[in-house]
Amino acid sequence: MENFDILVSILGSTVRLSIPLLFTALAGLFSERAGIFDIGLEGKMLAAAFASAVAAYATGSAWLGLLAGIAVSILFSLVHGFASITNRGNQIVSGVALNFVAIGLTVVLGQAWFGQGGRTPQVSGEGRFSPIILPGADAMRDVPIIGPLYANVISGNNILTYMAFMAVPLAWWVLFRTRFGLRLRAVGENPGAVDTAGISVAWMRYRAVIVAGFLCGFSGTYLAIAQSAAFINNMSAGKGYIALAALIFAKWRPVPVMFACLLFGFLDAVANFMQGKSVPLIGEVPVQIFQALPYILTCVLLAGFIGVARAPKAGGVPYVKER
Amino acid sequence: MTTASVPLPNWISYGLIPLLNLLLAFFFSGLVVWWIGESPLEALKFLIQGSLGRGDAIGFTLFYTTSFIFTGLSVAVAFHAGLFNIGSEGQAYVGGLGAALAALALDHYVPWYVTMPFAITAAAIFGAAWAFIPAWLQAKRGSHIVITTIMFNFIGAALMVYLLVNVFIVPGKMAPETRTFLEGGQLPKLDWLMALFGLKLGPAPFNVSFLIALVMCYLVWLLIWRTKFGYEMRTLGISPSAAIYAGVPYARIVIIAMLISGGLAGMMALNAVNGAAARLQVEFVAGAGFVGIAVSLMGRSHPVGIILAALLFGILYQGGADLSFEMPTITRDMIVVIQGLVILFAGALEYMLRPAVVRIYQQFAKG
Repeated sequence: MENFDILVSILGSTVRLSIPLLFTALAGLFSERAGIFDIGLEGKMLAAAFASAVAAYATGSAWLGLLAGIAVSILFSLVHGFASITNRGNQIVSGVALNFVAIGLTVVLGQAWFGQGGRTPQVSGEGRFSPIILPGADAMRDVPIIGPLYANVISGNNILTYMAFMAVPLAWWVLFRTRFGLRLRAVGENPGAVDTAGISVAWMRYRAVIVAGFLCGFSGTYLAIAQSAAFINNMSAGKGYIALAALIFAKWRPVPVMFACLLFGFLDAVANFMQGKSVPLIGEVPVQIFQALPYILTCVLLAGFIGVARAPKAGGVPYVKER
Repeated sequence: MTTASVPLPNWISYGLIPLLNLLLAFFFSGLVVWWIGESPLEALKFLIQGSLGRGDAIGFTLFYTTSFIFTGLSVAVAFHAGLFNIGSEGQAYVGGLGAALAALALDHYVPWYVTMPFAITAAAIFGAAWAFIPAWLQAKRGSHIVITTIMFNFIGAALMVYLLVNVFIVPGKMAPETRTFLEGGQLPKLDWLMALFGLKLGPAPFNVSFLIALVMCYLVWLLIWRTKFGYEMRTLGISPSAAIYAGVPYARIVIIAMLISGGLAGMMALNAVNGAAARLQVEFVAGAGFVGIAVSLMGRSHPVGIILAALLFGILYQGGADLSFEMPTITRDMIVVIQGLVILFAGALEYMLRPAVVRIYQQFAKG
């Protein structure tokens, strides 16, 4: 039974750790499906985390925090769009630049405003997204197997967690069942054809990066005022890149994105759990292996050893209308 | 007629426009300083004083410059072949392993100038090795080099932490680092060079690797503009389809260009590991690999431009450290903001001002 408890606790933290990845990877999905590479996911997440923590602290409302996070993240998206769509700049360079701006600016502003070395003050109560206990969680707790799973993995998460899982079918529906989604995927594959049909490629791509900014707003907010209670320096700590890896691992498809994020979240949870513990027969497994595993897996996938990851055809290429 | 196809004289394309972009980046940095309630001009004064005001300040500035020349060259070589190597950071980190191994193996037995060639070679080989897999994946399997080099930065960081914590750590010590190299494994400081200008180096870690960096600048210039390989590389960078049609061996050029790029990144470790710290430490690269991106973009991937841009970032890094001491509301992270803005304006938005400049130029050309 003890092993089962461990499993339940690992699964619980898997869910908690994969939520920021999930929002961010879905953000990348919209952007990259429209042909705009987004290395700047990390920066957007970080900027949103800072904005939401500041707004939640100032107003005492988690929802206003979320709103601020989304607004700032979309602002970053628009700069990325201005550079890579309007000015046809290099999308990778623009993303790298925005990551630096975010990582530096959050600390500079945080230090100037609060003087705590870049941290923001703790928020509590209404300023955070607190865990929701689903109906019947306590009553079910004693039911074998299903009970603990329901009480600890499915129940007891905050509202953003449930929104993340709802965002997956929604993203699928938008991308594959609406006219907007069809056009969005089309500008990522063959912008010339979309242009011929009389649809503005630039405006279509702008809308895609705005959606990406919107979703990164959620992931940043989750980090700052749902998972923690304040903004901490560089708290995204490479999650944006792991999300990017998950997106590639899922071959740019919404439902596999969810499973890839859960897998990478699971690896993270196992790494936390394994710290200082030894496995029978093997001995102590270095934590670093689990930390590196998402990246190694993605490289193996990119090498074409597990299926082929084919990126949207027009990804990374600025669209130049013929004159 | 659009402005994109109007030819501009070189001094505008390579002088004026980059300068305007740089000024824009500084203008926005100034806005940030002003926003947090400090005077941008006052901050600039502290920045200049802190980086160029005293002998040891100049020593620190040139120490940072050395690192950035290596990483800037690394990014630039890949850039000429049309490859965006974001992995200089990880390649420099792993290169540190090579530099440290050479020093640890030899420092008991020989003086520094015997160790140096081994350290240079080992650092370059380890850095190049870390670039090899992404290069091979790009050349043979078509996976995107940007993504794989990012992944390899993280894998490299995990590997190095593992090695430092479990293999190289000095028994009984807490800090995950190797033992301190003896003098035979270190690179000596350049106090004599400073003394020529009547300056005292003080505690600044400005060392021989600066001279190695300058030699590398010359070699990179030779490679890119004076060899057949460099020509093929540039052709590939400008138009892959034309290069392949002309018979340039794509896979070979990509792999060799990335190996050189990784090797140059790895040599950055000479400065930080053998020159400054005299030991291999966790996170010793400290973002120099990423600064290389900014340096290469600003320097237009030309060695002379790279030296100037590296000097600028050296001033920013050293001056920024001093600035945060003088003005506690401005943290050192302000440099990261400036770095981001420079990459944004000099890199991603490099063509933003061009149409306006072309229009003004045409006015003048007519009148």
